[in-house]
Formats: sequence, structure tokens, C-alpha cells
Amino acid sequence: MTDYIVPLVLFLSMALALGKKENAYDHMLCGAAEGLRLIVSILPALILLLSAVHMLQASGAAEEISRLLSPVFARFGIPPETALLVLVRPLSGSAALAVGADLMARYGVDSAVGRTAAVMLGSTETTFYTISVYFGAAGIQKTRYTIPAALFADFVGFFMASWTVRLFFPA
Amino acid sequence: MVMSWIWTGIVGISILFAIINGSGGTLASAIMQGAQAGVTLGVSMAGSICLWSGAAAVMEAAGITGMLSAFLKPLMNRVFPSTRTDTILSQKLSANICANFLGLGNAATPMGIQAARRLKQDDTATDELCRLIVLNTASIQLLPTNVAAVRSALGCQSPFDILPAVWVTSFLSAGLGVTAAWLLGKVWKP
Repeated sequence: MTDYIVPLVLFLSMALALGKKENAYDHMLCGAAEGLRLIVSILPALILLLSAVHMLQASGAAEEISRLLSPVFARFGIPPETALLVLVRPLSGSAALAVGADLMARYGVDSAVGRTAAVMLGSTETTFYTISVYFGAAGIQKTRYTIPAALFADFVGFFMASWTVRLFFPA
Repeated sequence: MVMSWIWTGIVGISILFAIINGSGGTLASAIMQGAQAGVTLGVSMAGSICLWSGAAAVMEAAGITGMLSAFLKPLMNRVFPSTRTDTILSQKLSANICANFLGLGNAATPMGIQAARRLKQDDTATDELCRLIVLNTASIQLLPTNVAAVRSALGCQSPFDILPAVWVTSFLSAGLGVTAAWLLGKVWKP
């Protein structure tokens, strides 16, 4: 089923745009150029952060962090290997991408840990960054309950990522 | 500034643990390996990222954003009652939510900020503003294309096989996040 989602999405959006007499290919080309600019803008951060993440892994610090947090994670059924990802996800998008990619490479893209990391990355956001951008731009000083509610949503995301991977990909 | 502290902190912690574990040699080679892994990942992701940014631009031109917002209108009126009377706010909000749906983070933020400015009254966040931000921090994506790009860069044969899991997870986290915000709004008065 999921095999056909991507080709169909591509075909249907092109066909719809053509039906509206839009120059669909031109739009796609502009978008692809935008994508290339995105890669160029995140590449330096990706290089520096993967360097740091590899140091954390090689020194044994990452393992120690997972070990320390594993009682808490085990209680909620979240794989302790993802501890580092859970910690950096709300703080920095590129750091989370680096940690997540490292987990997928280390444990395998189709392993439970790799898939959980992917679902976590795909269904959460850089919470603190988003909050500071929005409140900064709107000039809000008193944020009231926004941070606890947003962190609760993140927690639900991490918890459900582990749970749905077990549900859809039983070992 | 935050990143400076995080990066320096990570390196400091790594040195400390390497000394304790006596793994100085692997630490030294890991620095360069990590940097190289960053280049490899970035370059292998480039293809999928370009393809999906292109697809997203086509979807916008095809009017899929408009269709999504018509579909979402009843739900939006419930979560953000002000959209019933303020049509500009309604447009900005639905553009923000739809851009998030399609994974267009760069397009979503300016629209969301304009909506936030219209919702604001003084320097205290209103209930609707809090809900808007919680919705944006929870991220509902129909096609998590960046993650799929990482997965296929690492050799995954079916990078989108996580779609059902991502949908269930992100709808629940956004839904429960907004519900939590709504409940907190009843007790946490400005």
C-alpha cells in the first residue's frame, strides 16, 4: 500500500497543477532549487554536529547517558538508545537530525531503534526554537502555560513513536 | 549562543568520558569520521530533499493547500473561535497549518507569525495564541520528507514505510498537546 503513496502523490500533484494550466515543471524546478539551498544551509551545521555526536559515542558518554536514563525510559516503553535524541530534539533541529541519523546508521534504518528515531524526528518539532521565534516576533512577554503544554505534546510524540513502531513493525 | 554552549559542552563531556574509559584513540579518530559522515549524509540527502521541495511547490501551485484548508475549516473554527469573525486571521492560520501538513517549514513560519500578531492583545499570551504555538511545536506532517531523505540516504529500501506510525504519532501528540493547552487555559489565568 505505502509503496504507491509516493509515486501517486507526485503524479496527482503534477496532474492537478497541469489541470489548472500551471507550468507544473517550472514550479517543480523552482522548488528543487529551494531544496538545494536548504541542503547548503544545513550542511555546515550537520558536519559540525555529527562530529560532536561521534565524539560523544566514541568516548562512551552517549552510552552512559542512555544507561542513566534507561530506568525512566523503560517505564514508558521508549528505547533507552534514543535518550540523546529525546534530550536534544526540543533544543536544536540540526543537532536532532545529526543524532537521529547517527542512531539510524548505528542500529540500522529498519531496526526498531532506527525506526523509532525516524518517527520521533518526523512527528515532533524544535519546540524551544519555535516558541522563541513566535513569541519574539509577536512581542509576548508572559508565555503562561505554552511551554508545559508544548513539552507535554513532545512527550506524547516520543512515547507514541516507540509504541507505533512496535505496533506497525512487530519484531 | 545556545548552540555554542551545547557544542562546547558535548566536546568537554566527551573528553572527560574518554579519559575515564581510556578511549582517547577512538575519540581522536571519531572527530574526523563524524565530520565525514556529515558530508556523506548531506550529499546523499540532497536528491530526495530537492525532489520533495519541488513536489511541495507543485502541490501549492495545484491548489492542494486550498483544498486542505477547506477540509480543515470546521476543526479550525473550534480550536480558534476568532477565525469565525476574522477572515484574514482565518486565511493566515489555515495557510500556516496546511504548509506544516505538506512539510513546508519555511512557508509555515511567516504565515504563523502573522496569525500570532493578529491574535495578540498585549504582552500576555492569549489562550488561542498558546494553542497556535503548541500546534506549531507539535508538527503534523503528512509527508515527513526530511526524515525519509535521511533514511534513503542510509540505504533504506522503503523510506516511507514509517508513514502510518508518523501519522498516528503526530496526530495524537498535536491533539493531546492542544487538549492539554485547553485544559491548562481553564485554570492558568493571566
